[in-house]
Amino acid sequence: MIKGGYQGKILRVNLTEHEVKEEELREDWAKKFIGGRGYGTRIIYDEVDPKVDPLSPENKVVIATGPLDGTTAPSSGRVMVITKGPLTGTIACSNAGGYFGPMLKRAGFDMIILEGKSKEPVYLWINKGKVEIRDAKHLWGKLVDESDRLMREETHPEAETMEIGPAGEKESLLANVMFNGHRASGRTGVGAVVGSKNLKGIVVRGNLSIKAGDPDKFAEAVKVTREILAQNPVAGGGLPMYGTAVLVNIINSVGSFPTRNAQDSYFPEAEKISGETLRARNLVRNEGCSDCPIACGRVTEIKEGKYKGEHGGGPEYESVWSFGAMCGISDLDAVLMANYLCDRYGIDTISAGSTVACAMELYEKGYMPAKDAPFPLTFGSSDALVESIRAMGEQKDEFGKLLSQGSYRLGEHYGHPELSMSVKKQEFPAYDPRGIKGMGLQYATSNRGGCHVRGYMTAVEVLSPGLDRLAYEGKAAPNKFLQDLTAALDSSGICLFTTFGLQAKDLAQLYSSVTGVDCDEAEYLKIGERIWNMERLFNLKAGFSRKDDTLPSRILNEPIKSGPSKGEIEELDKMLDEYYSLRGWDKNGVPTKNKLKELDIEDLL
Amino acid sequence: MKVLMLDPVKCTGCRACMDACSFQKTGVFNPFDSRIKIFTFLEDLTFIPTVCTQCEKPYCAEVCPTAALVKNPETGIVEFIKDKCIGCKQCVVACPWGSIKMDHSGKEIIKCDNCFGDPACTKVCKPEAITYVEVEDVVSFKQRGVAQAYREIGKEMAKGVNP
Repeated sequence: MIKGGYQGKILRVNLTEHEVKEEELREDWAKKFIGGRGYGTRIIYDEVDPKVDPLSPENKVVIATGPLDGTTAPSSGRVMVITKGPLTGTIACSNAGGYFGPMLKRAGFDMIILEGKSKEPVYLWINKGKVEIRDAKHLWGKLVDESDRLMREETHPEAETMEIGPAGEKESLLANVMFNGHRASGRTGVGAVVGSKNLKGIVVRGNLSIKAGDPDKFAEAVKVTREILAQNPVAGGGLPMYGTAVLVNIINSVGSFPTRNAQDSYFPEAEKISGETLRARNLVRNEGCSDCPIACGRVTEIKEGKYKGEHGGGPEYESVWSFGAMCGISDLDAVLMANYLCDRYGIDTISAGSTVACAMELYEKGYMPAKDAPFPLTFGSSDALVESIRAMGEQKDEFGKLLSQGSYRLGEHYGHPELSMSVKKQEFPAYDPRGIKGMGLQYATSNRGGCHVRGYMTAVEVLSPGLDRLAYEGKAAPNKFLQDLTAALDSSGICLFTTFGLQAKDLAQLYSSVTGVDCDEAEYLKIGERIWNMERLFNLKAGFSRKDDTLPSRILNEPIKSGPSKGEIEELDKMLDEYYSLRGWDKNGVPTKNKLKELDIEDLL
Repeated sequence: MKVLMLDPVKCTGCRACMDACSFQKTGVFNPFDSRIKIFTFLEDLTFIPTVCTQCEKPYCAEVCPTAALVKNPETGIVEFIKDKCIGCKQCVVACPWGSIKMDHSGKEIIKCDNCFGDPACTKVCKPEAITYVEVEDVVSFKQRGVAQAYREIGKEMAKGVNP
């Protein structure tokens, strides 16, 4: 019996018919897939044909919370957007912080299922369980922060919002879904799917209580986990002090910081865009998402130059990298400006920066004719970066439209898709697999394409001593472990960053005490493994196979030119077979019947 | 005598204090039942905590027709005696800060009582934006912060002034 953590209701919104209905949360699914990413994916698996065009009305979107949302569990306010992703064509789940998740539960719903397509732009106003579908024609075209403000003005100033920006409306494959005007479900182009349904946003408010199944055990688990995080040098030290950009110097110092579209992997000017420099030059304050003791969020301001006075949230490490080193740029103000613009248009910063970098290489190598570029697209040009982001956000010309489709389609257009630093067409983030071997295995096998938050191997290969980052042996097992653990914690509604301090047993304890469902470390990881295999099955049915579990040819064949990882390439094949075998999959990466039986998901075949 | 000290500059807006407060008081999580409240100004990402400051001249107690609110001179807390309350809400009207309020049901008065000396909100506030300190230290801590900033200048200026 589930005794707490869930509100027990799912809201289904048919945008074609403008119909809403409430459904019961299925207890059997909640036990097998928890909530959030796991439960949401189970819904998509059940209701969406894996071969569907992601931008068609037949695709659906689940906005999901986990059982820990809205409690004092550390960093527990995550909200997830689950759909078939248009950038990759894979299953997609993109996760954000802010305050929306807990508020959705206070309004009475664990999840929202969005289906169909509205004729006209609309937004949803969910107020204490009552749902209104409202006209949003006057909001269409508005930037993200403006949309948040206007929707709250029209509903309640203290409501929490989800919204898309112009990028989502125009179905950019890099479009994100934003929450509270500045937190991003950034990856896999989920914003385009919401835009394709003519849904501008969701405003939510409610006053229901959320209870813990076993309040005493839960209070103890919260106390223990918060104490661990406070004492942890990363979660209680580096992250609050410098934000995620604390990684700039660390990753550059191991020569795994892809530079100028990964033509190199060491950026001599990294110090100028580091977390330390960001703190000294631009930090206004820290921001914590719901119930987060880490507060890695940066509130920043540009204090000089032509963007003086511009302010906003971020940038994160990945954004500093994509706009900085990847584009050969060490001008931190330009990086900040590009980051603010992405948040306003609603664009994923990782893919955006990497796409500009790809455009720069295409331009410099002469593959993109000069007439196609509205300005010189040279590496290191701050103006080229900022104006490219604007073009991408506004899509007023061919150049902007091309960039808005991401680096793979851009490269393909000019006959050089290999210059896209992507996996399954999604740009990989700020860790070069040539210098951190396990990250390559993680990118290649991630169920949503190039991504660092499916199994963060950098934690065990670089940040904590233990594994040799350049070795191939022994990388498959921790990769599998981290993938499974992340799938379970994403589904619980807690932030990945808690794992800098917390172990699987701690997370299992939080999950178990909030729901009242018995669950130890092994069971928690098994749930994660079940979710991972379900995502894999979806992707196989969508047409993906072993040949797609690969990396850009540059990463596999071109040695790093300089720095501490000079001469390194990534030999993915040395890890992939071992990984498949550890997963209980056949040589083609297909889960065996036995494995699915063991995980109790044979019914998904 | 100890009081809750708020430091808006340190607040990261995570609102864990609100969840912790409601859990302490009601056993469930509901920020509408929290005695402390964090205001979030998204336009410039500023976060402002507010809570009952246990007034020396508590208007809420003065207007209460049933003496359900009483200032305890020993602890400094304006105590709420639930059994005496008739739900007239005059205290809500009288409080200049909005620090005494109705719970999520809209029926019951709730207010901060510093958890009688062991406030739950402070325990989840990692950045120490809410602390529970001796009343005479409140100003002293603030002054110390300013003095720290002045320290180096003071050292520099003292050169040549003192023999």
